[in-house]
This record gives sequence, C-alpha cells and structure tokens, in this order.
Amino acid sequence: MTQEKKNILEAINETLDQLLAKDEDILLLGEDIGRNGGVFRATDGLFDKYGENRVIDTPLAESGIIGSSIGLALNGKKPIVEIQFLAFIYPGFEQLVSHAARMRYRTRGQFTVPMVIRTPYGAGIRGPELHSESVESFFAHTPGLKVVVPSNPRDAKGLLTAAANDPDPVLFLEDTKMYRAFKEEVPSELYETPIGKANIVKEGEDLTVIAWGGMVREAMKAVKKVEQENNCTCEIIDLRSIVPLDAETVIESVKKTGRAVIIHEAHQTAGFAGEIISLINEEALIYLRSPIKRIVGFDVPVPQFLSENDYLPTVDRMVEGMKETVHF
Amino acid sequence: MAVDLRNFYEEAREEYYQVLTPDGKCRHDDHRIDKQVMMDMFKYMLTCRIFDEKALILQRQGRIGTYASFKGQEACQVGGVLPLRSTDWLFPTYRDHGAMYTHGQTWKQIFLYWMGHMDGSITPEDKKIIPPAVPIATQLLHAVGTAWADKLDGKDNVSLVYFGDGATSEGDFHEALNFAGVYQTPTVFLCQNNGYAISVPFEKQSASKTIAQRGKAYDIEGIRIDGNDIFAVYLTVKRAIEKARKGEGPTLIEAVTTRFGSHTTADDAKKYRDQQAIEKEWAKNEDPLARLRLYLKNNDLLTDSEEKQWTEEMRKEIDEQFKEAENYPRPTVQQMFEHVYKEKTWTIAKQEKEFLQHLGKGGRSS
Repeated sequence: MTQEKKNILEAINETLDQLLAKDEDILLLGEDIGRNGGVFRATDGLFDKYGENRVIDTPLAESGIIGSSIGLALNGKKPIVEIQFLAFIYPGFEQLVSHAARMRYRTRGQFTVPMVIRTPYGAGIRGPELHSESVESFFAHTPGLKVVVPSNPRDAKGLLTAAANDPDPVLFLEDTKMYRAFKEEVPSELYETPIGKANIVKEGEDLTVIAWGGMVREAMKAVKKVEQENNCTCEIIDLRSIVPLDAETVIESVKKTGRAVIIHEAHQTAGFAGEIISLINEEALIYLRSPIKRIVGFDVPVPQFLSENDYLPTVDRMVEGMKETVHF
Repeated sequence: MAVDLRNFYEEAREEYYQVLTPDGKCRHDDHRIDKQVMMDMFKYMLTCRIFDEKALILQRQGRIGTYASFKGQEACQVGGVLPLRSTDWLFPTYRDHGAMYTHGQTWKQIFLYWMGHMDGSITPEDKKIIPPAVPIATQLLHAVGTAWADKLDGKDNVSLVYFGDGATSEGDFHEALNFAGVYQTPTVFLCQNNGYAISVPFEKQSASKTIAQRGKAYDIEGIRIDGNDIFAVYLTVKRAIEKARKGEGPTLIEAVTTRFGSHTTADDAKKYRDQQAIEKEWAKNEDPLARLRLYLKNNDLLTDSEEKQWTEEMRKEIDEQFKEAENYPRPTVQQMFEHVYKEKTWTIAKQEKEFLQHLGKGGRSS
C-alpha cells in the first residue's frame, strides 16, 4: 500500500474525500463546511468536488444539524456531521442523547441512526472562550453512543473510516492542537482501525500510562524524561476510544506493571479517569504497587487562553505524577 | 371566525378554515370527499373514542401505566393520516395513538406501549411509523431529515409530523421550519393546537396570534383550520401532502382543537382551568365525532342501529386486543440488555451476565 506523509487534518480530509467517492449515501453536513472548507479546513475542496447536495452548508443550528441528520440516517443516508467546536454541541445534546443514542434501543432494532459527529475539542491553540472544552464524559455516560478520539494521522484515517461504517452513532473528537502538530506516513487507501481496540504506543515494565487524543503525545514526552531520570520503563496506552473501552489491554498492562497514571484534559470530577480507576480496582487491585494517579484538567471552567496552559496537564505535572507513582 | 372556502387558502392564513359546522352542516367542499372515506373517518374516530375511554378505565384499575388521553383530537389524528401512503413517514407524539392506529399500528401494540413494554414501540414492518416522541418538538427535525433524504433520492414520499401548541415555543420547532424552508423538504407540519401545554394556555405561550403565522417567517405556507372538523383537516393535509409530493415544499398547518381531558392521568386539569365549562362547550360545539355523526345523519349516510352495531364490534375488538396485550410475555432480563448497540459492548455483556448469575442464585427480578 502506498503511503504519504500527512497531518491529522490532511488525513481526515483525504478520508472524507474517499468516503464520499465510495458511498453515495454519505453526506457531510455542518456550518461553514462547504465553500469555506470548515473553520479548520477539514472539508477543504470537497464542496467543489461533490456539490452542495453532498457537502452541505447548513443553517447555524446544532440541534437542527443533528436532528435532521437523525432523519436522514433513518431514511438510508449516512451523515457525517461537523459541529464547529465541541462546546457548541450543547444545543444538539438532546438530539444526540435522547434520540440518536436511543433509536435502536427503543425500536428494538427496527430503526437505527448510523451517523458520525465530528467535532474539534481541547485547549492549547489560543482559542476564544468556549472553543477549548474536553467534555467527552457527557457522551461516554450515554448508552448508545460511541466516543472515539484519535491521537495521530494514521489512526485518524482508520478510525474515521470505521466510524463511518459503524452501525451506531459515533462521536468523533479531534484535538485542535494536534490537527497540524506533526505528520506521519498514512496509507493512501481506505482502511479501518477497529473501534474499541487500544494501541500500545510503547511497551514498558514499571508504569502504565493511559491517555487519548492530544494527551498521548504529551504523555510520550513526559515518559521519555521519566525513563531517562529514573531507570524505569513505562508502557503507554492510547485508548483510541473511551466507549467502547479496551478494558483488556488496560488490565493486562496494569497487572504487568502494578502502577498506573491516567492523563486527560477534561476536568477531574466525573472525568473518564475515574471510570478507568474503577475498572482497575475491580480487575487488578491486588496487582497494584502504588495508588493510581490521575493527571487531568482542574475543576474550573477552561479559562481564557492566557491561562489555558496552566489549565492543561503539563509535561512537568505528568513527570512529577509519574515519578511519585514509580517511587511510591 | 370561520371563512368561506372561496380562496380559503389565501384567507385561511390569518383566519380559520372550516368545512363542517358544529351542527353538522357543510359550508362547502364536501363533494371533494368520497362517501366511503367519510364512513372510514367515522369508524376510525369512533374506535379511537372507544379505545381512549377504555384506556382511561384501565389506567384507573392499575392495568396500564400513566396514559395520555387524546379525546377531542380524533379529527386531527384520523383526518391527518388518511391521506398518507404506506411509503410516507409518520412522526407522532405521545398523544397521537389515534394517528398511529389509523395509519396501521395495532391497539395491542399501543396498549403494550402504555403498559411499559419495550416491545410496545415496535411499529408495523410495512409502514414507517416512528414511535411516539416524548421530548417536545425534537421529532420535527427528524421529519425534516427523512423528507430530505427522500428528496435527495428523487422519491415522492412525504413526512408528516404531529406536535402540539407547546412545541412551537421550543427551539427545535423553529430550527425544523427553517431547515425545511431552506431545503424545501417534503414535510407536513401538523400542529394540534389544543390550547394547553399541560397547564399553560397558548396566550401565555406566545404573543403570536396564531401558530400558522409563524410559517411566514420561514417563507413556508401556514394554514389555520378548525381541528374539530375532520373534513377541514383531511382536505388541508391532503393538499399539503400532494403539494409536497410535487416538490413544492413544506406546509405548516395549525389545527385548532380541544384537549377534552387532563394532560395525562397523572394530571388534574381542574387545577388550572374551568373543566366543567370546557366540557360543556365541547359537547355543544367542539366534539369532532358528534359533528361528523350529525353530518352523516343529516345526509342519510348513517343510522343509529349501524353505529350501535359498530360500537359493539369495536368494543369487542379492543377488549380482544387488550387481552392479547395482557397475555403478552413480560420482557426478559436479556431483552433489557439488547439493542443498545448492534454489538453488545463488554460492559453491557458483563453486567447482563452478572445480573443473571445474581438471579440464578435466588436474586429477584422486578
């Protein structure tokens, strides 16, 4: 398979292009995704290529976008929706939670709404207020939704393809600061990266580090420092999706290392780290050699951008937390 | 407030289109309805009335759960769906069992729904009936989406969506009308303005004089009709459906009607309105079934003995349907864990397994 170096945005753009070419029922809907190509340019060029009936500039109404996409999906279309920023999704929250997530269940499988909701999330690009949230827990708490968070270009392509082919609604979170952060070789053809299977980014013996999305690369930087300074090796797990959660990979790793650090951008209270800690307690408590640590966003609103780097888990905080865990 | 039919589609935008008067006289236009369709209307409305009365009794006996009565709204519900084809989409609310039944759902399924069975949401395979929307106005957007898909595919199906006056205050109502206007989707928006959103009367819901006038803001035709007049409902919805099929876009219909009873069996309308006066006025001028009965009798299309015989047959049939519902097997524990996703996630599979083990050890299911 031929490969080409791409960043996450380029990988997403190519995937959408190939999906549109492959399946006539796939539609893109969102605000400014047409002629403008999306505010991050994820859909650049697709409007000209596929026309206004396939790449649809919608009115500025998130409930309208998600609600009408539910109807489109009920009637055989496969909408891939872009919500401009995760913090703008709230007007469409009811449509996602009360309808998209429940349609299969309440009709006993008679009606289904396979659809993808792509949305940028996360702080770190000096965005205005409410452009930087990480509220994946809201959706992880909702039975019927899948929550996918790629951390690199290769996974972005494979996971987005898998999401588009998934029979259930998928929330696809794209970390804004990772969009153009780095390039890597991405296979040219469409391929699926299975949803629900974590990636062991790097094997190690003494500590399991669990992260997803943009925090994976930060965790890698921290691990490098910790390993250099502390004569230990760390295993890094990129969850790729928090629903479904790859429990097996997490548990096997923690059984091996006896220690775990969980990193996420989202606020601490009711953040998804709590769920992972519960899982480890249920399945691997007796293997633990130190308390599990979470290095996460604070329980404050994501602040204006001059303070956003203080809000975000820094590499220094990660290093400190990892050291404490290793040396407990 | 009623206007003559001449140019009614123009005039009715601000006024009120009525064909049948409360005393069963026809103002105009009845020649446009086939006699057989009139008889179907009467029979459907009669069976709806019998079902509703039965359901209220069963609720009081504790044999079904909380129930939303639709007495008084039979003309909207029967007249609105009779012009549909089986390939069209129907989006009812929790008060539109009459519409669901007339379009092909069985009373047994409707009983199951109100008895708390998950299977009660299953609708006939050969129809496209989405189970009742419980949140308010959300389903309008779904009806925009299904209609939009049909339009993109070059199919001439329409999507008919029911909602109430309260729903017109929700953002989704406006977003749906706006999307339907922009994409000219073949959607028929049928608002049953029964005057109350639970306890709040329409004049406190909005400063708009009518709901139909809201169509103007989105450049969608809005028509206000007498919702207790099944001929007006039928002719107006039929025309809106034909218009949508021809690719001429959506229509907003405001059918002015009356919710005879309380919001649901968990509500008591006496707390917020003069229920006695409403019932008196209703019996005199607003009962849609009585109005059609008068018309049919005036025109020698119906006799007392026919109605009596049908009533007996319908009661028997509804009793039979309820018996089947009562004998329907309780949902299993396994069913509760099904259909969340196409493939069970490990958490669901594990929770199911552990719960079944707990039950196997003598633990109790509900």
